[in-house]
Amino acid sequence: MSELASTLKNAKWEHFPHVADVGVRGFGKTVAEAFEQAAQALTAVITHAAIEPKLRVEVSCTAPDLEILFVEWLNAIIYEMAVRKMLFSRFAVTINGTRLIGTLWGEPVDIARHAPACEPKGATFTALKVAADRDGTWAAACIVDV
Amino acid sequence: MRVPAIIYADENLIRDMDDKVYEQAANVAMLPGIVQASYAMPDAHWGYGFPIGGVAAFDADQDGVVSAGGVGFDISCGVRTMLSGLKVADILPVQKALADSLFRQIPAGVGSTGAITLDTVEMDAMLSGGARWAIARGWGEARDLERIEENGTMTGAMPEWVSERARERQRREMGTLGSGNHYLEVQAVAEIFDAKVAGIYGLAENDVVVTIHCGSRGLGHQIGSEYLRDMVIAASASGISFPDRELACAPIKSDVGQRYLGAMRAAINCALANREILGHFATRVFAHFFPGNSLSLLFDVSHNTCKVEPHMVNGKRRQLFVHRKGATRAFGPGHESLPVPLRSAGQPVLIGGSMGTGSYILAGEASAEQKAFSSACHGAGRAMSRHAALKQWSGRKIQDDLRTQGILIRSPSTRGIAEEAPGAYKDVAAVVAVAEHAGLARRIARLRPLICIKG
Repeated sequence: MSELASTLKNAKWEHFPHVADVGVRGFGKTVAEAFEQAAQALTAVITHAAIEPKLRVEVSCTAPDLEILFVEWLNAIIYEMAVRKMLFSRFAVTINGTRLIGTLWGEPVDIARHAPACEPKGATFTALKVAADRDGTWAAACIVDV
Repeated sequence: MRVPAIIYADENLIRDMDDKVYEQAANVAMLPGIVQASYAMPDAHWGYGFPIGGVAAFDADQDGVVSAGGVGFDISCGVRTMLSGLKVADILPVQKALADSLFRQIPAGVGSTGAITLDTVEMDAMLSGGARWAIARGWGEARDLERIEENGTMTGAMPEWVSERARERQRREMGTLGSGNHYLEVQAVAEIFDAKVAGIYGLAENDVVVTIHCGSRGLGHQIGSEYLRDMVIAASASGISFPDRELACAPIKSDVGQRYLGAMRAAINCALANREILGHFATRVFAHFFPGNSLSLLFDVSHNTCKVEPHMVNGKRRQLFVHRKGATRAFGPGHESLPVPLRSAGQPVLIGGSMGTGSYILAGEASAEQKAFSSACHGAGRAMSRHAALKQWSGRKIQDDLRTQGILIRSPSTRGIAEEAPGAYKDVAAVVAVAEHAGLARRIARLRPLICIKG
């Protein structure tokens, strides 16, 4: 059940319910696109304000399977947001097997403009699922502890 | 299930509890080495492997496990309450200015800047020393140590097991409040239930206290994430599967189990140091408004930890690894670890409610030892999701409504205020009444908020 989905054209992410925290889910024609969209959902947990894609950050991670890789991807974004004090609005993901290379674009947090609502602590293994449905659309989801 | 799952709640709380609480409490009861029972406190709700409000103890000599999910992402998140020596009448004339000053002086929320930067040497010293380190650096008072669990320093911390990424996340975050349900509140003692113990704790009606709720910040979150991943991968590699991957744990005596315990204890020290520093910042602000004033620490409790404690089980004393995930230690009267001035009363148990409804101070009961390894609830617990709260309430309106009730809220985000709306939480009065009825901890005082700073 979706609580909030982006209403932008072609946007493919949503939040889903969890009592204490937030579920994020991204959809896409490929796994990589689903991961990118889930990253949009992660940003939307913090703010709905516009974020300028001014600065670029590269991340990479590996994991034994796609689902753990998804958790690692979100945690890599959470780490970069925390240490750089940035928010990100554009994401590009390449996945080779279970190795991910990602690019994030964003800007430093502006408290007045972005008014961040909460701070993600980490992506969890709860409600964790990365799978394609029958028509080939990929979905990547998990609960994020905020 | 190796042991029963026991939930402490009344009929209303049970009815409103999400089904995941039962599932998770039962899953925990299946873990190796679990002793006596898998417990859920009156404020229990859906957690990560363990229910939030979950308590479970393990015996290392019986292949007992340690679980990163059983501690949580905010290691040693906890609460401290400090006495001010002031009355409500002293605060009211300066309430707005005090709120604004606290909001400026206490770094809170995403994008806020801490005033303290730690180099490698200081980081290691903080991870080993906890609140003792903070006091030695000039933040806080030596007299605070006996009022903090573990006397302010968690032994067995192993900074070498804390990763570079965890350290980087914390390097400029000491003395910051965080966001979400973390807060600093100036509160009034609204009601006394037990005058004798209130007197021992130093509480009287209309006294003003300062309460801080926060944890181990980015360092704790990073350690939680990394070791949860390591335990999931290690379990999978050993061919062990869990009904819920978040339940992933490791034998206490295993390599990853020992590394996690060392890192987790370092994170506990980070949280104890952080609350000591924030307490010092609050003391400075109060001294500015009330020259000569100083805040004194009643007690500092943690509610996301795994601690080695001696407990009586079937008449035999055993050393157990007690996980409390969103649950508070609640030692009863006479316990040897309590400071002498508080020993006859039992340990203060500080229970946060929500912004508008207030909090409670309880005292641990001796009966809690047999009921739940001396544990009690930790707060009201959420009753609805953040998004449902956002749909139902406007942060601005909540702020205005609470102002008319004499409660000043300061936050960088009105959306954050809505997500933390009083109505989004369970009834804390019901939760503490059940805790008392169950013999876990009894009510000593109710506090009402005057000022709430949140990130």
